[in-house]
Amino acid sequence: MTTATPAAAGTRRHRGGPGGARPPETEPEAMTFRRRLNRWDVKASPYLYIAPFFLLFLVFGLVPLGYTAYVSVHEWNLLSGKGEFVGLENYRDVLGDRYFWKALQNTISIFVLSSLPQVLLALGIAALLDANLRGKTWWRMGVLVPFVIAPVAAALIFGNLFGDRYGLINEGLQAVGLEPIRWHVDRLASHLAIATMVNWRWTGYNALIFLAAMQAIPRDVYEAAAIDGASKLRQFFSVTLPMLRPTVIFVVVTSTIGGLQIFAEPRMFDAGGLGGSDRQYQTITMYLWELGWRVRNLGTASAVAWLLFGLIVLVALVNLLLIRRLGRGGGGSR
Amino acid sequence: MSGTVTGPSLAVTEASRPGGIQRRRRSAAGGVNRRPGFLVYGLLLAVILGSAFPLYWSFLIGSYDATVVNKDLPPIWPGGHFFENAARVFDAVPFWVALGNSVFVSTVVACSVTFFSTLAGYAFAKLRFRGRTGAMVFIVATMAVPTQLGVIPLFIVMSRLGLTDSLWPVILPALVNAFGVFFMRQYLVDAIPDELIEAARVDGCSMIRTFWHVALPAARPAAAILWLFTFMATWTDFFWPLIVLPADKPTVQLALQQLQSGYYVDYSLVLAGVTLASLPLLALFVVAGRHLVSGIMQGAVKG
Repeated sequence: MTTATPAAAGTRRHRGGPGGARPPETEPEAMTFRRRLNRWDVKASPYLYIAPFFLLFLVFGLVPLGYTAYVSVHEWNLLSGKGEFVGLENYRDVLGDRYFWKALQNTISIFVLSSLPQVLLALGIAALLDANLRGKTWWRMGVLVPFVIAPVAAALIFGNLFGDRYGLINEGLQAVGLEPIRWHVDRLASHLAIATMVNWRWTGYNALIFLAAMQAIPRDVYEAAAIDGASKLRQFFSVTLPMLRPTVIFVVVTSTIGGLQIFAEPRMFDAGGLGGSDRQYQTITMYLWELGWRVRNLGTASAVAWLLFGLIVLVALVNLLLIRRLGRGGGGSR
Repeated sequence: MSGTVTGPSLAVTEASRPGGIQRRRRSAAGGVNRRPGFLVYGLLLAVILGSAFPLYWSFLIGSYDATVVNKDLPPIWPGGHFFENAARVFDAVPFWVALGNSVFVSTVVACSVTFFSTLAGYAFAKLRFRGRTGAMVFIVATMAVPTQLGVIPLFIVMSRLGLTDSLWPVILPALVNAFGVFFMRQYLVDAIPDELIEAARVDGCSMIRTFWHVALPAARPAAAILWLFTFMATWTDFFWPLIVLPADKPTVQLALQQLQSGYYVDYSLVLAGVTLASLPLLALFVVAGRHLVSGIMQGAVKG
């Protein structure tokens, strides 16, 4: 499960840090009997309650992370297991492989193509939902329908819609006299098609986040703008958008980490599942999968995993900087 | 784009005519009193129909036999072959097994995540203990670590333990996660008055009874949302199950993948399968969709 995300956008609750001072909830002195048992209960219970997470994270999070590093400096076949120690050779191999760089470019290209249109569309839809609609819950649920469709299912549907020969979209293009596009062959076209699946699934979701932020804008601000003679369009661009800036940054930033790991959509875009004949839409995670489970070289695959980790940490740091710098100038809801 | 801007601005201007201002002050937050015009409804309807279209298309193609699907002009109305294609789906892949597996795995994971997250979230929100702040910061930091990183050693370990022929590999690592803990903590900080916990303690409740009788009931709304999101995320997960589950024990997503493999893709078969596979979550959405909406709008969830 891809996770993430803190208190958000729009809502201003949940401010205090984790260590906010609270009055002690028990006074062991006040208890008259079974004091020792009670004291032990008070002391140990919190640790027992948080133990499951830490235990699980240790076994399935931290240890595997270190173990990945160990695997990455060895020859390691999927079937025959561990081989010789090879130092950084696996990393050299990966960094010298042009398909690694191609996968990196593809991943970034698909992310860019999916984030910008998605944010613009979601803003528009949020603005529509922000009107005082009759049956507003139904409209909100309506735009969320694609979100409950699995990425695999979405990829299969769109793989058909974007079919090179009989696809509906190419039929449409030809119907209006345009040349059909080879969606599964041309690099940029394939990225567009994959980005479309991502946009389809997430636009409504993000629209709801933007809507929540819009509803947190005090209506007085609009009144003031209207009294000052701002047109409707001007109000949207001069009031709504600036106030939404922290939320927009938040949405884009949180989608980067998921975007770097995109797998199901490009994997299921064709039956081969390797990202096209010349890997024209192979992403980093697909590259990792191909190395590990097709080439059966877990050593180089682990090197890719660590490179991906480094990249994500880098992006997370840039994100932090961006939030600090841009968030400060914005509406200040975060 | 230009059209989408019109909606709220129209409403705002209308409402801010003289007389409108006072009325609006009295209304609840977010309440611009005037109903929007047909344009807003029309645009929204177009958006929803547009986003529902791929689903309809899936059913449409799934309801014809292959000879029709590969013609030049696609049909507009459903044909009569859906049940026939659906039956072929059950013949081609172990679809019942896949459905059962997905229901089982998603339910177990969702219940476990919800319970353990509530437990830990309660401890972080309401109990005092040494290292609380540090532990919470650590948990938030781990949310940035992508799960993909550990797949290789996890796979090695799971196969060493001989678990790769079972569903355990997709259940065990998912039993609790950082996001759930954080989410429940954020909710419970405000949801339970400290006095209530004190009262229970004074009345002689042990810590776990206090949790059970005070925290759990208070946590229900957030727990329901967390359960829903975890269930959906587990149901739609693909990467790790693809790596670790054998072909004869697929989840629904893996069954769909099996439908497409091979040189020739029979789209009426594949998309009938997609339609079938989407029904359970769509049904869940009909029942609990409004909770999903409010969960997202509380701004606390990003899958």
